[in-house]
Order: sequence, then structure tokens, then C-alpha cells
Amino acid sequence: MLGFERRVATRFLREGRMQTVLIIVGVAAGVAVVAYISALITGLQQNTIEKTLGAQAHLTLSPRDDVVLAARAPASTGTRELVQTQPRAQRPRSIGNWQLLVPLLEAMPEVAAVSPMVSAAGLAVRGEASKAIALVGVDLDRYDRIVSLRSKVVDGTARLEPGEGIIGRELADDLGVRVGDRVGIVTGGVSDSLRVTALVDLGVRELNRRTVIVPLRTAQSLVGLPGGATSLDLTLVDIWSAQTLADHLAARWPYQAESWQQANAQLVSALNAQSVSTAVIRGVVMVVVVLGIASVLVVSVVQKQREIGILRAMGATQGQVLRIFLLQGAIVGALGSVLGVLLAVALIWVFTRFALGADGLPLFNITLEPALALRVAAIATLCGVLAAVAPARRAARLDPAQAIRL
Amino acid sequence: MSAPARPAQPAPQPPATPAVLLALEGVRKRYNIGLPNEAEVLHGLSFTIGRGEFAALIGPSGSGKSTLLNIVGLLEHMTAGSYRIDGVEMNGLDDATLTLRRRSTLGFVFQFHHLLPAFSALENVTLPALMREGRITPARRERARAVLAAVGLGDAMGKRPGELSGGMQQRVAIARALVLEPPLVLADEPTGNLDTGSADEVFALMRQMHAELKTSFLVVTHDPRLAARCDRVLELVDGRLVRDGATVPERREGREGLVGGS
Repeated sequence: MLGFERRVATRFLREGRMQTVLIIVGVAAGVAVVAYISALITGLQQNTIEKTLGAQAHLTLSPRDDVVLAARAPASTGTRELVQTQPRAQRPRSIGNWQLLVPLLEAMPEVAAVSPMVSAAGLAVRGEASKAIALVGVDLDRYDRIVSLRSKVVDGTARLEPGEGIIGRELADDLGVRVGDRVGIVTGGVSDSLRVTALVDLGVRELNRRTVIVPLRTAQSLVGLPGGATSLDLTLVDIWSAQTLADHLAARWPYQAESWQQANAQLVSALNAQSVSTAVIRGVVMVVVVLGIASVLVVSVVQKQREIGILRAMGATQGQVLRIFLLQGAIVGALGSVLGVLLAVALIWVFTRFALGADGLPLFNITLEPALALRVAAIATLCGVLAAVAPARRAARLDPAQAIRL
Repeated sequence: MSAPARPAQPAPQPPATPAVLLALEGVRKRYNIGLPNEAEVLHGLSFTIGRGEFAALIGPSGSGKSTLLNIVGLLEHMTAGSYRIDGVEMNGLDDATLTLRRRSTLGFVFQFHHLLPAFSALENVTLPALMREGRITPARRERARAVLAAVGLGDAMGKRPGELSGGMQQRVAIARALVLEPPLVLADEPTGNLDTGSADEVFALMRQMHAELKTSFLVVTHDPRLAARCDRVLELVDGRLVRDGATVPERREGREGLVGGS
């Protein structure tokens, strides 16, 4: 297919060797930058999200806030009334019927795991040291599916039998506790004593300094909510469906549903800003690539006017001449893409090899997904064809009689 | 343009042609229509070329030879008149149709050979087939080799135009024009850029190919010596045909002179 056009296009490119090599290198540089930046930003964002969601649920269901309702009857129609009420202090409350809710949530295709939780503030006491803590009562197996708790254990073995607890690494340091030691827990007027079975690193120092994880029943009795759960944590199959599902659940049941995006609004807006910036950079680079290819082909059309005239005189149609130059754009785009993707792979290798964190490991995982590489290459090739449209039309419209005389 | 520079000579009747290949009637060409510098360069030309004819088109510079050749070669539109190839009217056809007709009917030989420098001699000669069929069949390649061998370039097929002498390049151009055996070859000063020896060789080659393939030739030339070696001479002066006559057969072997010539 296109035997004539292909033969002439490749010959024209080979004939202008230096010009061709330079523009292919130019396209390759553009493709490499786009592919590398895309992989880098994707890796960075994935890493940020993983670290953020590593210690929290994708979606949390909790009871609605207590509100104070006016005791008076509403004013008559046409009368405006100003009422001031004191907002109510929020006490720990359980989600009504949470035991029935869990299987319903688990049956949803978007939901990967559900874990009931009782959370409250308290104090951890050991000897004369006492530290403010966030008490988290969970079913270990269910909670593990939410935050992969077992993988975060740095010392000991994750186990939550009655009277046992898991605490953050920094909190253990602050209290001078090791695995096997006992710690006192105080919430309100209730206190208990736990044996520490494991120390965990949740990825955020502040969380490590405050977190105490206990069995669900222990937390229920410490907080005074027998059989209750202050929230249900959900892990989703697709993290980006969290907001939609939260809206859906909040509309369906009388609970408060908070997605991880709502809980981390600043992070999400930062990620969005980053994505927009990346898209702008990619767009500008692609425009530069298009202009580069177009300028080289415009020069080529001028240089090849006589040859185009000869071909037209010999019977080449305008369509054939058009395709000769479109093909040149496509070939330059495709070769530049292949080279560019290889260059991007090399850049990524250099990044992962030499940009290391304090622990000697790469700062974050960055890979060039084949789908991304293919997409960038396809876009660059398409850009090559688009860049060739104007020069190709100019070539096709050349008056053969005039072109031969040049 | 007004009267011709010199009066038309009483010319003998053109030789009877068994079949008319192309016929021009009242062909006019104006440039810059509607502008102050509007000019008519061809003033109603009428003539025919028969199948298998070998005709020369002569005339001084500016007489309209190139314009006429472009119109005959379907590279330029006429302003008025009729131009038929095999009885089919060409005036008014669109570019795509004219291009396909050019491809099927015409071969071109230009003064400066106009080979494609990036292609070898053989590739230049196979180009018309590749253009027409999208691929080069073994038969087409063999045919190209045979034609190149016939023009004496059997040993230079792989060479690029830059590696060949002017005469050799023109031979490649002739081979390219003839490879698909078009009914008509238009040659624009085919020997104008060659020394006398090479010019004679190239012209002899054209005559030889004409004899072998019975292709019609219309050769534009400034050289009266070469024109005399054609079967028929059309002379154009100031856009008018002032002479259309057969040459003397015995003079076609290199001696100057036209029947009714000046």
C-alpha cells in the first residue's frame, strides 16, 4: 500500500540526511520530555496518594452531627424570625444498625472492604509519662484490609486479643515502651491496661506519635458505646469513585459519608494543579514538535519543487504528492517517538538509579507504562502528520509547469 | 501579439497521417487576464500530430514554444480552443483527470534531464510504473532494465544521476519517458544542454526508439540541424504557426535543410 508515496517519501528524507536526523532528534527530545514528565508525575502522584491513603480509609461513614432544633413552633407565614441556638457539643455516638449495614456495603461492587471502628481521644500513661492519643478500636482482620496494618509493623507481631494493643513507633519511644510492655489507657472516666503486641509505622510521624489500636470491644467499653461503632471505614476498588459513592451513600442512608478527597481537599487540589501544569508543559512541547516538523517540511517543499514538478509531469496526482509529504511527517514522528520513548526509559533509569532517598532507595517508584509510551508515541506520530498538512498541501498545489522551470 | 514577424512560407502539405493522435484547433493562451499587462502568447493554433510521427517544433525564444508544449503536455490550461487526444476533448477537464491522462498518454524528456537525484538510473526508469501501479512487478523491472540496456546504459543502472554524464542522464530520461510505451513523447530541448557529439547520440537514440516503438515524438529544439532530422517541422513565431512541413527524407541523416525552409 502506498508503495510509490512510501518510496519517494523515504528517499526524500534520506536525501536531506542532516535535516532529517536533526528533526528526528528534535521530535525524540520532545517525546522523551513528555513521556518522562508523564511517568514522573504519575509516579509522584501515585506515591503521594498511596502514602496518604496508606493510613486512612477511602470512604468513611459516620453518624450525622447532633443538631439542636428550635423547640418553638415555626412562625406564621410572612413573618421573618431570627433565632440563635447554641451548637451542640458532639458526643461519641454509634452508627445505628451498623451490623446490618456492613453486609449491604460489602455487597456493593465498588467496595473492596469494610471495617467498623470506634475512635476516641484519650491518654496513654506509663509511669509518670502520659501522652494524648487517638484510640482506635478495630477488628484486626477487617482493619488490615483497609490500611494493610500488618505490613506496617516494625516490631512485634500484629495481634489484637482482649487486653492487647498496637501502638505507633514514636509513641512507644515517647513512653519508653517495647513490645510486651504494658501501657495504661484512659478515656473519660474509664481506664484500662494493654499489653503492646506490635509497633507500627503508619508513614506519618504525627500518626505514629498518637495512634493506639485496640480490639473493637475494648474500645467500645473504654468509650462507653457497648456494641457500637463510631464509623465504618471502606476501601474501594477504584479510589477515584470515592466521591461519587460518598454522595450516593449520603443520599441513600442517614449517615455522613466522607470521601478521601474531602478529607484531603488540599492534597487533591495540589494534585489537580500538578496535573494541569503537566498538561500545559506537554501541550507546549507538542506544539514545539509540530512547529519543528512543519518548518523542516516547508523547507523541504521549497527544496524539492523541481522534483515535485517532475513527478507531477510524469503523472503523479495531487493526492500522491500530498501523501508523500504527509508520510514524511508520519515517518519523522514515528521514528522520533521510538527514539524518544527509549530516551525516556533511559532518563527514568537514571532517576531511579541516582535520585535516592536517605534510606538508599529510590525516592518513589516511577515506571513508563507501555500504554503511556504507546499513547505518547501515537500522539507524536499524529502530530507529525498534522505538522505535514500545510507543507503537503502547498506541495500538492504547486504548478508543475512552473516547478519544472525552477 | 499581432502579426507574425515574417510571413508564412508556402509550405508543402503535411504528410498524410493514418490516425490522428492529437488535434489542436484554434488554441489561444492569454496570461494576466483582466490585468493591465494581459497578453496573448498563442493566437489560435491549429495542427494535428498523427500516430508514429516524429515532429520538431522550432521557433525563436519567446515565440510560445514552451507554452504550447505545456498545453500539449496537459501541464497548463488553454484560454480558448480545442485540444483532443484520441478524439477526447481535454479543454475544461479537471486537474485529476488531466493528470491521469498525462500519465497514460505522455512521456516527457526535458532539457536538463530532470531525473530524481535520490534515485538510481533504474529506479528513475521504474518510477512511472511504481506511480501507476503502486509496486514494481518483476516484469516491469525487467522491462526497465531492457529499455536502459537499449539506450546503452546496461552497466550504469545502479548509478545515481550525479554519477552520470549529461548525455547518459538524458538517455536515462529517454528510457524513463519510453518505458511504459506512451503514444506520445514530448521532448523540450532534449539536446540543448549537451555537446555536439552527445547531442547527436541522444537524437539518434530517440530516432531509433521511435523506429522500434512507433511512438510519436514532438521535439522542441532551437537547433535547425536536429529539426532537419525530424519527419516534420512546425515553426512558431510570435505565437503563430508560420510553417508546418515535411523535411526532405534524404536530408534526415544529419544534413541541414528543410523543404520550403528559409
